[in-house]
Amino acid sequence: MLPDSIERDILIQAPVDAVWRIVTEPDQIAQWFSDKAEVDLRPGGSGSLTFEQHGVTAPFVVEAVEPPHRFAWRWSHPEGSVPREGNSTLVEFLLRTEGDGTRLRIVESGIAALERTDAEKRDFLEDHGGGWTTCITSLGEYAPKVAAAVPR
Amino acid sequence: MSGATIDDEQLWAAVADPSRRRLLDLLLAGGEASASALARDLPFSRQATAKHLAVLERAGIVEARRHGREVRYAVLPQTLEAATQAMAGVAARWDARLEAIKRLAEAAERERQAR
Repeated sequence: MLPDSIERDILIQAPVDAVWRIVTEPDQIAQWFSDKAEVDLRPGGSGSLTFEQHGVTAPFVVEAVEPPHRFAWRWSHPEGSVPREGNSTLVEFLLRTEGDGTRLRIVESGIAALERTDAEKRDFLEDHGGGWTTCITSLGEYAPKVAAAVPR
Repeated sequence: MSGATIDDEQLWAAVADPSRRRLLDLLLAGGEASASALARDLPFSRQATAKHLAVLERAGIVEARRHGREVRYAVLPQTLEAATQAMAGVAARWDARLEAIKRLAEAAERERQAR
């Protein structure tokens, strides 16, 4: 019953091609995600995100490059393994023109299917923040009830 | 009492189950209750209720309290609240990344239009 995906989106006042560059170019990614980024921008190409503060480099494998509408990669797979469905999550960036701007949607899916230890899952959650949105919705419903039910 | 530490993984699994959410709803609405009393108001067996309560107890969401021969369960609000906050913080990261992309793209666009 684990939630399997999270979805977030935002409206950006810039053309879709400009947003595409920011989402896919390594020097741009290094401004909004990690401290350093490398991407071989083709399906099957390798990429990595380096977080200097944590001394961590997270590898990923590009799954789809469909400019300027869809860019997807798989990551969070066990070290030394090839990411596939079941051992990794799929991060998709979906872009479409909306009015004068661009609607950018991010979907991270496959969270429930991850084969990993509890400790790894905790790390995953801390690092990526994936998976929790569905739970937040359900827990968010509880917080006011708790406050109402329990006198302080 | 186990309310101070939260095991994210256990907590996640504990509240992701719809049956356990119904159980939590009941406990929040009615305060303390025994497994038998809860089972009467739920569409599953006393054994299933006990199993769900054990999962919630391990995750630190409910606490068992002994009253004579009866064990009653109650929600630990501090765990639930701490969890809500922790998870809201984690989920906000994708939003923060999207916000950063928006700032970068819109700044570049303004620069392009100014040229």
